[in-house]
Amino acid sequence: MGHYVIRRVLQMIPVFFGATFLIFMMVYMLPGDPIAAMFGDKAADPAQVAALRHKYHLDEPWWKQYFIYMGNVFQLDFGTSFTGRPVSEIMADAFPVTIRLAFVAFFFEIVIGLPLGLLAGLKRGSFADTGVLLITLVVISIPVFVLGYIAQTIFATNLGWVTPTVQDSTDITQLILPGAVLASLSLAYVARLTRTSIGENLRADYMRTAIAKGLPRRTIISRHLLRNSLIPVVTFLGTDLGALMGGAIVTEGIFNIAGVGNILYKAIRTKEGPTVVGIVTVLVIVYLVASLVVDLLYAILDPRIRYA
Amino acid sequence: MPAARMRWAVVGATSVALVATGCSSSGGGGGPSNSSATFSYQSSEPQNPLQPANANEVGGGRILQNLFKGLIDYDPNSGEMRNQVAENIASSDAQTFNVTLKSGWTFHDGTPVTASSFVNAWNWAANTKNNQINSSWFSDIEGYNDVHPSGAGATPTKDTMSGLTVTDDTHFTIKLTSKVAYFPMKLGYIAFSPLPEGFFKDPDGYGQKPVGNGPYQFVSWDHNSQVVTKTYPNYQGVDKPKNGGVVFKMYTTAEAAYADLQSNNLDVMDQVPPSALANYKNDLGDRAIDAPQGAIQNVGFTLYQPEWSGPNTAKVRQGLSMAIDRDTITKTVLQGSRSPASAWTAEGVDGYKAGTCGDFCTFNADKAKQLITEGGGVPGNSLKITYNADGGHKEWVDAVCNSIRQATGVNCVGDPKTDFKTARAAITGHQINGMFRTGWVQDYPLNANFLADVYKTGAASNDFGYSSPQFDQLANQADQAASVQDSATGYQKAEAVLAQDMPAIPLWYYRTNSGYSTKVQNVKFDSFGNPAWTQVEVKG
Repeated sequence: MGHYVIRRVLQMIPVFFGATFLIFMMVYMLPGDPIAAMFGDKAADPAQVAALRHKYHLDEPWWKQYFIYMGNVFQLDFGTSFTGRPVSEIMADAFPVTIRLAFVAFFFEIVIGLPLGLLAGLKRGSFADTGVLLITLVVISIPVFVLGYIAQTIFATNLGWVTPTVQDSTDITQLILPGAVLASLSLAYVARLTRTSIGENLRADYMRTAIAKGLPRRTIISRHLLRNSLIPVVTFLGTDLGALMGGAIVTEGIFNIAGVGNILYKAIRTKEGPTVVGIVTVLVIVYLVASLVVDLLYAILDPRIRYA
Repeated sequence: MPAARMRWAVVGATSVALVATGCSSSGGGGGPSNSSATFSYQSSEPQNPLQPANANEVGGGRILQNLFKGLIDYDPNSGEMRNQVAENIASSDAQTFNVTLKSGWTFHDGTPVTASSFVNAWNWAANTKNNQINSSWFSDIEGYNDVHPSGAGATPTKDTMSGLTVTDDTHFTIKLTSKVAYFPMKLGYIAFSPLPEGFFKDPDGYGQKPVGNGPYQFVSWDHNSQVVTKTYPNYQGVDKPKNGGVVFKMYTTAEAAYADLQSNNLDVMDQVPPSALANYKNDLGDRAIDAPQGAIQNVGFTLYQPEWSGPNTAKVRQGLSMAIDRDTITKTVLQGSRSPASAWTAEGVDGYKAGTCGDFCTFNADKAKQLITEGGGVPGNSLKITYNADGGHKEWVDAVCNSIRQATGVNCVGDPKTDFKTARAAITGHQINGMFRTGWVQDYPLNANFLADVYKTGAASNDFGYSSPQFDQLANQADQAASVQDSATGYQKAEAVLAQDMPAIPLWYYRTNSGYSTKVQNVKFDSFGNPAWTQVEVKG
């Protein structure tokens, strides 16, 4: 197990460099000149543009910019945004907000998605099963932004239960509505994935053996059925945590949450290299850690993987 | 202000004109108000540090406008210039201006506002090495080239401009390189604000925690969330605040802001989202606002290309202008959020004269066809209008093209560029063919700003490559006039030349379509598209 973990951690190093390098190159290749765009429709003053480019190292070739950037990152300096704020400070503000939102969403996925899938899987063909299939189908087919606006209109504008936008992102109760909207799509997938997986494993040989041995129903379901059925669900949940963090752009926009999605969107539009690369680098790390955790969970769930 | 220009270009929403005509606001009026309560305003995270000469977009611009006050500003009701820190700005030759300051003004840290506060701030802002986006605003002043040499990479040879001389604490003179009668009108722009002594020791620190001399003082900046200000009790300006401060709440989308406005979580916003245009007057009742702005939308021509620079091609351009049905497009596609243009200066701006464009801005398909034929036709009988796809321009560009196609049979399509910066790079790099979307938001409410900065030969924002000796001569005469008013009249003559040459087709003027919550009253918008901040009353 120890070797396995070390090998996985070492694998993260080339992925980290490769990803940051690619992102850096892509930001550089985005069309348009960010400095000239600062001047709006008004013609840019060439002397000032040159001075600003120099300030942000934009007058260097892109590979050199990458080396300058990486050199600074190793001194824990993520550069400065055009607003004059250190990128590390911007990230320190934005990540906690998105992490809170992602965990609220994640909570809904597990607490609602899993039991729904379990219920539908165990009682295949029943009224409850059809209901779950129908509801998840509806949720999957509605785009998140539509769902967001509907939720905002009903619960905030019409009923007045909550404010239309999040006023204070440290207040978890205000994140419940956006969290539910953000979770909706994945929640439906989790439910359907669990249902299928359970349905398949119910017919497996070991299940028949367990039942024949006369084990109590509780033990059969929790020890044998769930443990084996959860492998595909855990894979999905693991990668989804990364997706929740990066993919919150739409939800954060609708509910005006100052999280990573919002900042990243703005930074890409203004072609603000250091901010984009800084945030994406952290997101890459989140993905890597999440998939590492998934792989470790596999090993716990299925001993065959552990020794392979 | 270029700030607004940025937003306008990017978001395609807004901006500015002399309000003289119709501020349809001030509904729900007359109740008691609480002069110590704050109100919230829709804003966006500033794109630059909060330094006056570095605000080039509305997010930072509108906050700085409230933290700082310059020599003059513009009366939100009439759009006329009025003295603030200045007691008097006098000139006998339109080139040297003697400024007298009022005494008693102080910065929020208690230090007095003196002549040096202005001169030092301007010298600092103009200097290339301080990287201020608005540095070119000081280019009229003698000695600008010493602190801001024109070549890219050239280093400043001096730290001060020879045109600025401090006489004593309340007097200084400004000498310009050439005559500009309306120069005092420019001084209301945020870049000309004074700065306290402490600023120069730590400009970066001040950029995060500005100390100004305006009606409101800085309290806190919770990045991407809000900037809180409170009323400065010692404010000496003519517009004493009737409220306790402004809280600028950052919104990424106008939709979110509008939802908050409807449920009273936001008090005033600057422009309702396009999706709400059809309904906002019903939603808000007498709290809805529909006011003119000093901003215009045009389509320009690439006159630097041989096929557009021939002597007869002006007729083709006039014909194309007549082929655009402005009335219908502003009513339907733009849902009344714009009003049809009949001149190159926006409605209500000082020196605005309706109808300068003459018949050429009136829809007439037969005349349009005739003019285009007389002018030798559109090259290849087809046109492209380049625009930025991220600014909500697609709908009207398509409508304009349809109108041209139906009226004249000329093939016309939109040519979207991914985003604003890509479109700007293509336009300034002369990599486009035929026509492009352009526009102007007033920096100060005077027609000269819409004409000199855009249509003079070699003007910084002359993206057309337009060069008319006649226009230049009339503009120069207007610059040398004895007063701002004579200057405005002179520029009207220059504007008439544009009708002959048609370097750009005026389409429509912007309007402020906005509203406010039930918690506030006496909300009026000026020609910059800003509410009269200090006049907003919080019901109490």
